[in-house]
Amino acid sequence: MSITITGMTKRFGQTDVLRGIDLSVAEGELMALLGPSGSGKTTLLKIVAGLEWPDVGGLQVGGQDWLQLAARDRRIGFVFQHYALFPHMSVRDNIAFGLSVRPRAKRPGRAQIAARVDDLLDFLQIAPLADRYPAQLSGGQRQRVALGRALAIQPRVLLLDEPFGALDAAIRRDLRRWLRGVHEATGSTTIFVTHDQEEAFELADRVVVMGEGRIEQIGHADEIHDHPATPFVARFMGATTVLPVTLQAGRALGAGLDLTALPRRALPDGPARLFARPADIRVQPDPNGPWRIDTLSSTGAELRLLLSHPDLPAAEAQMPRRGAPSLARGSAVTLRLEAGSVFSDHRPLPAVPVTPLRKELFK
Amino acid sequence: MNPPDLIAPGYAVPPHHGHAARTGGARLLIGLAVGLTLLFVVAPLLYIFVRAFSQGWQVYADNILNPATLHAIWLTSLVAVIVVPLNVAFGIAAAWAVAKHRFPGRGILVTMIEIPFSISPIIAGICYLLLYGRQGLLGPWLQAADLQVMFALPGIVLVTMFVTAPFVAREVLPLMQAQGTDQEQAAVTLGASGWQVFRRVTLPNIRWALLYGAVLCTARAVGEFGGVSVVSGNIRGQTNTLPLHVELLFNDLNAVGAFAAASTLTVIALVALVIKTALEARR
Ligand SMILES: Nc1ncnc2c1ncn2[C@@H]1O[C@H](COP(=O)(O)OP(=O)(O)OP(=O)(O)O)[C@@H](O)[C@H]1O
Ligand SMILES: [Mg+2]
Repeated sequence: MSITITGMTKRFGQTDVLRGIDLSVAEGELMALLGPSGSGKTTLLKIVAGLEWPDVGGLQVGGQDWLQLAARDRRIGFVFQHYALFPHMSVRDNIAFGLSVRPRAKRPGRAQIAARVDDLLDFLQIAPLADRYPAQLSGGQRQRVALGRALAIQPRVLLLDEPFGALDAAIRRDLRRWLRGVHEATGSTTIFVTHDQEEAFELADRVVVMGEGRIEQIGHADEIHDHPATPFVARFMGATTVLPVTLQAGRALGAGLDLTALPRRALPDGPARLFARPADIRVQPDPNGPWRIDTLSSTGAELRLLLSHPDLPAAEAQMPRRGAPSLARGSAVTLRLEAGSVFSDHRPLPAVPVTPLRKELFK
Repeated sequence: MNPPDLIAPGYAVPPHHGHAARTGGARLLIGLAVGLTLLFVVAPLLYIFVRAFSQGWQVYADNILNPATLHAIWLTSLVAVIVVPLNVAFGIAAAWAVAKHRFPGRGILVTMIEIPFSISPIIAGICYLLLYGRQGLLGPWLQAADLQVMFALPGIVLVTMFVTAPFVAREVLPLMQAQGTDQEQAAVTLGASGWQVFRRVTLPNIRWALLYGAVLCTARAVGEFGGVSVVSGNIRGQTNTLPLHVELLFNDLNAVGAFAAASTLTVIALVALVIKTALEARR
C-alpha cells in the first residue's frame, strides 16, 4: 500500500510536534525516518498507526482515507521500541494474538492459526523459542518475536519505531541485514524510525531527515551525505565546524582557508556559512599558518584535532593516524577543505529536493 | 600500588572480626524484635484462642452457634461479599483511568482515592449519618421513597466501601503506571477491541496485584469497627456485624462468648494473611 501524508500538523499543549509534513511512501518501499530525539518521528509513526490523531492534515493509504479508520481496523504491524510483548503469553501466543482477537466470523481456525504461527517462527528463525515467555528471551530474540507478532496479521503497512534502539552494536548490524531480508520477502510498505544514520542509510531505499517537526530532506544516502539541503541536515550529518565565508562568482573564499577544492555553486555573492565534517578538513603544517592546534588526541586509528584561529570559530579535524603529517600541540597550520556545504546567509533555505525512488527495487 | 587499595573497603575487614562484631549487635536487635513481636502480636492472638476454648469445645461451639453470633458472622460475610467485588471494580476503573489516560481532574482523582486512608472511619460514619440519616440531608427524600439506609445493611455497606475504597486502587495503580500503555497500543494495532485489550492484556498484567488488593480489602472490610458502629445501630441479630458483636458480648460480660466470636474474626484475618504472603511471593 502506498502512503501519502499531506500538510500534517500536530501539537501537544504548547509544543508544535509536527509542523506541516508532506510525505509519500511508495508501495513496497522501505523508508527510514531519521532525526534527533524529539523531532516528532514517533508521533508521525503513531499517527499513521492510528494511535495519535493529527490536528490538521491528510493520510491516504492505498487510496483510502485512514483518518476515518480506527487503529484496530487499519491492519498495520507496529513494532515498539521496547517491544511491548505481552509478558504473560508465550512466544507462540504473542504471535497468534492478532489472529485470535479477530471477530469469530473472520477468525481462522485453531489449526490454521497454529500453522501460521509455525510458519512465522520458522521464517523468523525462532522456532526453538516458541514456548518460552518474553522474560526468558534476549533483546534480539524479543525483537524478532515483536516483528513476528506484527507480521502475523499480514499487515498492509509495517511501522517500526527504533526497532534496534535497545540492542548492542553487533546485534544491530545482524538484525539490520535480517530485516532487509524480511522486507524483501514480505514486500510490505515499511517505515522505520531511527536516530542512527548508518542504520538508516544501510537499510532504507530512501531516508527522510526530520528536525523539529519538519522534513528537512528526503533522499538516498549519498545525496544526503554530499548535498545536505539545509544547515540542519549538514550539522546532523556530522558537520561540526561552521565557518563564515564570502561567496564570489559561485566560489567560497575565507581568510586562512584553502577552499579551492570546493565546487562552484549557483549562489548569490555575499556572506555565507560553510559547514564541514572533521574528516573533510586537511591540516597542513605551515609555520606561517593562521591556525593553531589546541588539542590533539588519537583513537588508535584516527587523529582528532581541535584548531583555533584568532578571528574565526574553532574547527575540528580528523584524519587517519597512519600517513598523517607530523603535528604537535601548539604548532601553526593551514586548513584545506576537501568538501563542505555552503549556505548563503541572506537567502531563504533551498527547497527540499524531491528525489526519485530507487528504481531497481520496483521492477 | 599496594594491594589493599585494589580491594573494596568492605573486603579489607578481616572476616572473623566482622562476623563476631555483627553477631553481638545483631543478636540483641533480632532478639528484641522477636521478643516484642511475641509480646505485642502473637501472645494476644494466642490468648484469644486460649480464652475462647477456656471452658472446652462444647462451650465454644455453643457460643459460635448462638443465633446472634451466627447472624453476625453471616452479616459480616454478606458485607464483604458485596463490598469486595464493588471495590475491585472501582479500583480497576480508577487505576485504569489514572494510569492510562490524561484528563482534567486526574490529579484530584488520585488524591480522592487516598482520602479514606487519612480520615478516621468514625468520621466517615458520622458523615453518612448526617447525609442519609432520618434527620440528615437526604433523610426526608429517603423516607418518602421508603428507603432505609441508616441502621440497615445499605448503610453498613456504604461505610465499609468508603473505608476500603483505596485498597485495590492503591495496589493496582503503581503497576499500571509502570507498565505504561505500549502493550495496550500494541494490542489495538493487532485488531483487539477495547474489551479484548482489557481482558487479555491489561487484566492479566495486574492479576496478582489485584488479588493482593482484594485480600487486603477483605481483611479490612471484615474487621471494620468504627465507621460501622456509627451507622449500624447495633441491633442484635439484625445489624450487628462481627466486630460489633464481639464488643457487645464483651460489654455483656460474656468474655468466653466474646473471645469465641473474636476467634472467628482472627481466623479470617490469618487466612487473609497467609494468602497475602503467598501472593507476595508470586509477585
Ligand atoms: N503524549 C504526549 N504529550 C505531550 N508531549 C508529547 C507527547 N508525546 C510526545 N510529545 C512531545 O512531542 C515531541 C516529539 O516527540 P516524539 O516522541 O515524536 O519524538 P521522537 O522523534 O520520536 O524522539 P525520540 O528519538 O527521542 O524517540 C517531544 O518534544 C515530546 O516531548
Ligand atoms: Mg521516538
